[in-house]
Amino acid sequence: MITLQEYLTVAALLFSLGLLIVLFRNNAISILMGIELMLNAANINFVAFSQSLGGLAGQVFALFVIVAAAAEAAVAIAIIVLMYQNLGTTDVEKAKNLNG
Amino acid sequence: MIILQTLSARLPDILFYLFAGLSLIGAVQVLCRRNPMNAAVSMVVTVLSIAVLYILLSAYFIAAAQMIVYAGAIVVLFIFVIMLLNLSAKEIGRRRYTLFKAFAAFVAAAVGVSLLPGVRGAPRAISEQPIDPSFGSAKTVGRLLFGEFLLPFELTSILILAAMVAGVVLAKRDITPNRTFSPVDAILDLLLKSDRKDKSP
Repeated sequence: MITLQEYLTVAALLFSLGLLIVLFRNNAISILMGIELMLNAANINFVAFSQSLGGLAGQVFALFVIVAAAAEAAVAIAIIVLMYQNLGTTDVEKAKNLNG
Repeated sequence: MIILQTLSARLPDILFYLFAGLSLIGAVQVLCRRNPMNAAVSMVVTVLSIAVLYILLSAYFIAAAQMIVYAGAIVVLFIFVIMLLNLSAKEIGRRRYTLFKAFAAFVAAAVGVSLLPGVRGAPRAISEQPIDPSFGSAKTVGRLLFGEFLLPFELTSILILAAMVAGVVLAKRDITPNRTFSPVDAILDLLLKSDRKDKSP
């Protein structure tokens, strides 16, 4: 019998993995993938609670999160391309022109 | 026969564990693969597994949207950019371990552990079969989206428009507009010149 707790556990683990990816990787594209995983984990929580509580508002919110993730990915990828044109790398540690 | 019956009764559980494990494996692969292309393909695995979890939660419309938007648009965008940038193997393959990364692993583990008591305290009840058979279908979600949540939905369209403009402006940097003659510009020039003449002496 699968209960709400199993879904929340999966979402928590996915969120931690996404956070680990964001903090661990140097490549800007990989960091963006970690952010997408974290948004997905939040979405699982929304949908699971929507099913558990019997209302559909959670699913509508999940839809908004998907839309926001798509917009964010588009802008972030444009920024990454621009960074590659200017610095010749997508390593975030190389982008330290404002450093001290 | 009995085995088949128990199997069909336990099928949602089996599917849940299968696809939850698959999504976690995909996320671990995104973390561990050095090549961004492999990471992107692993992310497709994760995203599609999460879509199956949505179907198990009887959120059919969200599952379809997840597949179309994530696997169809976002990951394709990632792969497109990875191919476009054509990162060198030297740059991809480098792996550095610093103090910051040890701290990062600690922070991520701490967040995961701190989330678990909240999970434990969550209500156990999840309705196995929703009362309404149309729960989560495109019709019911759409009715809510265009009824109660109409204003946020319309604001979303503005968000997408802003993102689109930002993408175009950022990706194509040196847009120099052609100087075309327009009467408004001429009048403005004339007014500004006369203004400057007034002030200059």
